[in-house]
Amino acid sequence: MMPWSRRLATVGSVAIVAAGLIPVYWTLVASLSPEASLFTAPSLIPTALVFDHYRALFAGLAFWRPIRNSLVVAGTTTVFAVAAGSLCAYAIARLRFRGRNLVLAAVLAVSMFPQIAVVSPLFLMLRQVHLIDTYPGLVLPYMTFAMPISIWLLVGFFRQLPPEIEEAALVDGASRLQAFRKIVLPLAVPGVTATAILTFLYCWNEFLFALTFTLGPERQTVPVAIALFRGQYQVPWGQVLAGSVVATIPVVLILLVAQRRIVQGLTSGAVKG
Amino acid sequence: MFLSRPRSTADTRLAWLFAAPALGVITTIAAFPVVWTFWESLHLHDLRMPWLARPFVGAANYREAISDPRAWSALAHTIAFTGGTVTLELGVGLVLALALSRTRPGIGVLRTAALLPWAIPTVVAALVWRFIFESPGGFANALLSKAGLMEAAPAWFSDPYAAWVPIVLADVWRTTPFMALLLLAGLQSIDPSLYEAAALDGAGQLRQTIDITLPLLRPAMLAAVVFRSLDAFRVFDVVYVMTGGGPGTATEPLSLFAFRVLFRDLRFGYGAALSVLVFVVSFSLALLWLRLTRLNEEE
Repeated sequence: MMPWSRRLATVGSVAIVAAGLIPVYWTLVASLSPEASLFTAPSLIPTALVFDHYRALFAGLAFWRPIRNSLVVAGTTTVFAVAAGSLCAYAIARLRFRGRNLVLAAVLAVSMFPQIAVVSPLFLMLRQVHLIDTYPGLVLPYMTFAMPISIWLLVGFFRQLPPEIEEAALVDGASRLQAFRKIVLPLAVPGVTATAILTFLYCWNEFLFALTFTLGPERQTVPVAIALFRGQYQVPWGQVLAGSVVATIPVVLILLVAQRRIVQGLTSGAVKG
Repeated sequence: MFLSRPRSTADTRLAWLFAAPALGVITTIAAFPVVWTFWESLHLHDLRMPWLARPFVGAANYREAISDPRAWSALAHTIAFTGGTVTLELGVGLVLALALSRTRPGIGVLRTAALLPWAIPTVVAALVWRFIFESPGGFANALLSKAGLMEAAPAWFSDPYAAWVPIVLADVWRTTPFMALLLLAGLQSIDPSLYEAAALDGAGQLRQTIDITLPLLRPAMLAAVVFRSLDAFRVFDVVYVMTGGGPGTATEPLSLFAFRVLFRDLRFGYGAALSVLVFVVSFSLALLWLRLTRLNEEE
């Protein structure tokens, strides 16, 4: 390939990616601008940096509550989904049994269920057992997407591990369970971590269930809290933008830590767009 | 293979034991509710009128949907949204993927940076784009007024057609990185020797792209389009946050209409019927996607 076309391609990809980042950057700048300049001409260069909106956002610890709720719900869901998911994924990836492909197909099918198709029965079920507006009342519904996604990703990771090491352990007289615990799991740590990170990301971003199964600020997660942010007469944009930045911080960290694995998971078709 | 050891009965028992917790959870909170939704859609179930109990009404809820102009326009909105966003994503995503595939140093950094819009919460994306269009200090209006077109700028969120612009832009912005990555994976699986041979035969960059890249990328493009469509068809978050379906119901997609019928009108039977519609379309696309990707793998 000729160098000029390479150069053109590089310029092109940098330009497109940079254009995509402008809204993020501008949100950051706007969230640090004084209220008055929010509604005048927009500027990519900050004129004055003020933390008013962040101070207002956390005043009376108001925004800590949704952050805590999101962390608790996303964290708990991730732990359960990855724990049960890795057992199931190991069975699918490594044990030969009848119905194995059927199980995998079912898991994949469930990961494609639209949320709206399960939201009303889940609501009735949770209401029946008095779990509306509670943490378990969010963790359980979150399993509908967290569980199949973790299984699907983990099957991919387990299949990448060389079977020979495990085989050697079995020949040496280890039981399946020992081989799984002592050989496979330690080797699978990077894959399990990546799966946990992606699952957490999905839980952190989820909106429809959190909107439906919470009743007030006590249990609302970050996306719901920001979306329902309303002043008495108008949207307090400064705080909304500050909240958006806060909600994006963990996402940026996750991307930086796990980008390679995320790309791998994305392109294997496991992950929703 | 190592699986040939005579352990298969023990393996089978262990496999089901291992799979049981996950499968139990999936069955209880995903498979069972979907069946419930189907069942509910055949009943009259109005939470505001508990004295009516829950009588079986057959296809009455579906008949209501067919004669409900709001359901038809919600369906039309959903199809238009899906078609519009996926087409734009494919266009921009293809350009980005082609550019990225020829970028040698720095592709990792660019790929990470490109993923950011995809990874941030949809709610945040929607709010940011709403601000871009809504505020007089937002970029959309600033750009238009710089171009001297301020007079022509509509009141974005009170015009039934203009309100689609920010919605579609926000969604395209958010999902194009995903499309680009899918296509990039497809591009990287094309045998480089084809390009070398073409170059020897004197084919230029453009010729190579048209005659080699695009035809060979077609299966990957098709699979990506189907996958994105099944996701776009159930759109909810973006519209809920940006316009709430308004002005009026001018931007209301099926999922949002179903959600309103369920949780504002508390008509669970009719809402279930509408949800079943979303499920059937979206799930058919999912099955098609599975077929396509399996075919691609077999090739």
